[in-house]
Amino acid sequence: MIPPLPPGARSRAALGLTAAAALGRFELQVCADCGSVQYPPRESCHRCLSAVLHWREQAGTGELIAETTVHHSNDLYFRARLPWRLGLVRLDAGPTAVVHLHQRCAPAPRRVRVGSRLDKSGQGVLVAFPIDEVPNMADDPRLREMTCDPKFRKVLVTDGRTIVGQAMVRALAAAGADRVWVGHAEPRDRFAGLADLEAVPQVAPLLLDLTDSKSVKQAAAEMGGGVDILINTAEIHGAHGIGSCIGVDAARSEMDINYFGLLRLAQEFGPVMRSRGADGGSSATAWVNLLSVYALSNFPPHGTFCASKAAALSLSQCLRAEMRPAGIRVINVFPGPIDDERSQMLPPPRLAPEALAKSVVNALKEGVEDVYPGDVAQEWLIRWRENPKVLERELSV
Amino acid sequence: MLVTPVTVPYVRYSVRSAHWFIAQALSRLIKDSGLDKADIDGLSVGSFTLAPDTAIGVTQHLGVSVRWLDYVPLGGASGIVAMRRALRAVQSGDAEVVACIGADTNHVDSFRQSLSSFSVFARDAVFPYAAGGPNASFAFLTSHYMRSYGATRADFGKICVAQRDNALGNPHALFKSKLTLEEYLNARLIADPIRLFDCVMPCAGAEGFLVMRRQRAEALALPYVRVRSACERHNAFPEDPIQTRGGWVLDRDHLYGAAGVDPGDIDFVQTYDDYPVMSVMQLEDLGFCGKGEGPEFIRRHTFTTQGTFPINTSGGQLGAGQAGCAAGFLGLVECIRQLTGRTLARPVSNARLGLAVGYGMITYDRGLCSGAAILGRADA
Repeated sequence: MIPPLPPGARSRAALGLTAAAALGRFELQVCADCGSVQYPPRESCHRCLSAVLHWREQAGTGELIAETTVHHSNDLYFRARLPWRLGLVRLDAGPTAVVHLHQRCAPAPRRVRVGSRLDKSGQGVLVAFPIDEVPNMADDPRLREMTCDPKFRKVLVTDGRTIVGQAMVRALAAAGADRVWVGHAEPRDRFAGLADLEAVPQVAPLLLDLTDSKSVKQAAAEMGGGVDILINTAEIHGAHGIGSCIGVDAARSEMDINYFGLLRLAQEFGPVMRSRGADGGSSATAWVNLLSVYALSNFPPHGTFCASKAAALSLSQCLRAEMRPAGIRVINVFPGPIDDERSQMLPPPRLAPEALAKSVVNALKEGVEDVYPGDVAQEWLIRWRENPKVLERELSV
Repeated sequence: MLVTPVTVPYVRYSVRSAHWFIAQALSRLIKDSGLDKADIDGLSVGSFTLAPDTAIGVTQHLGVSVRWLDYVPLGGASGIVAMRRALRAVQSGDAEVVACIGADTNHVDSFRQSLSSFSVFARDAVFPYAAGGPNASFAFLTSHYMRSYGATRADFGKICVAQRDNALGNPHALFKSKLTLEEYLNARLIADPIRLFDCVMPCAGAEGFLVMRRQRAEALALPYVRVRSACERHNAFPEDPIQTRGGWVLDRDHLYGAAGVDPGDIDFVQTYDDYPVMSVMQLEDLGFCGKGEGPEFIRRHTFTTQGTFPINTSGGQLGAGQAGCAAGFLGLVECIRQLTGRTLARPVSNARLGLAVGYGMITYDRGLCSGAAILGRADA
């Protein structure tokens, strides 16, 4: 059964709000000619009729001028969640916006801060928060519907052997996850760091070999029904271009984990998580893929690795489309070089595994879809958005 | 001149299409006027539920050939706007007799569906927010008005109770029983502070009238009313953070000036009462009291047909039901009936001048259309 989701239809113009919210940014259309900020989104400036509109980040401050608590709705998703608090906010930037109103906002008239979030249908919506941070703001049940906070949730980290996987487990435990399953492929292999992980009370090891369809199927059958958040940290990262390797074995093993591993996980864990997408308070909520900023454009010294990550990125878009109707968010993480055993040859700055893990936890808390953690990833993102062709040339020097 | 007010009785739900209601209205217009179908050479249709048809589809559907055609799907403003255009058409000789009809059907699920497809802004920026529809939008306006001007729930209740009383005289009204203030105050919460009896009941039905020259009306021996003046305005005051006034503020001097009357000369008002707060806003903006004086004005009057300051003498939408675009015709049609001495409800004694208000089209956070017309008895 497909769970009811909030109304997800949007005009093309309005998808700009969604695109920004997916990156954790609150952006509105700003007219390039007269500077007017406008909302709801349109195809031209409501003041000077210019067609040149840019989505620009907003502070979001404004005045809550009226509010209501809805007790009756014609929509199935909201019917099951009434009463629902809404506000009308006059943004300092100009426009008036209908917003979801955080439960900790005091009654109108009141200063508030508006931000955007992806709602359960995966579309951008506006939420008004108290102007100053108050404790446990993330615990608002309406907000929890729009985010994937690991607090009180059960998480599977698919590979605990890597230092990134281990940092992830520690960050999740610190964020209040109820349970963290840690995958590892070899039952008899007491890999470095395993003892430390086992000392964390929420942690439970799990036999999981992403190169083996049977192993993935068995793990999904055993505990897939309990997974609220799946974080796929498994990867193989060789440092090969085309000319520097003989045959296809190295590239094939990268593909086997980085691409087919994701596909195997998606085939086995996807259906069970989808079936729990709207399970009330304890539903399956997110799927995280550890990709690489190299998925955007090929970095020739690591050419085959980049190709496997590009394949994984493409597949993750398919996965996202298939998970979205169930209200499950697919989060892609695009780090630059990580300060781990495989990237020692790359120049700094490299991203510390702890920083990467923290950015993933933050992404879950904020409910964003795409994360570019660290300075290198941020810089690549800017270059890639500015001109992908120029970036390709820059990388091939 | 406006003649031949007709109403196709309202029903809560109907399996009929909007076309059926338009046909019924046209049939009544022909029968009541004594004209032939072929005499009607202009047609104006207001409807939300004709899709995929518009007015042109209606001509073939009903077998009418016209030389002037208009489609006015402007909800609560459709009646006033249709009337203004039809008057110009007759005045300029583009048509002799224009049939103006507002009609909509209401299937069991059509209200929910129409909410989500009402406008691009509604779909993008209102419907995803609890899908409260107009109830949530007017909850904002009502709570803001109450806070700004000291109105109470009981003030709005007085209007709703009075209109229900007026509706009891109207055989077509969907509500057949008295409403007490206690029932109003304790009704089910819909979107705080809006409760059940602040909301109109969506239904199916049609309203219509004919526009023609006086000589034609007299030749046909049809009682007529004169349009003394009329105005419309769209998207007024776009910079207001929240709606506290409508376009009437910009047009009222012209409205009264062209009619040569003052607000004090008006014998009754048909407000566009989709929610009671809008009735109050219209009374303020049309000069019956100052901005923010609405609560005090309410406490001074009874609003019943035979009391002081009669409004919505056939019950308005709050008492009779909201039949889509027909609701934009309801006040005009009742005006014509009152001023020709043939109301189906209770008459306003010796009424010479009536004012009908149009308002509507909440494509985002406020009603964009505002209109009004002052109608006079033939001898007024």
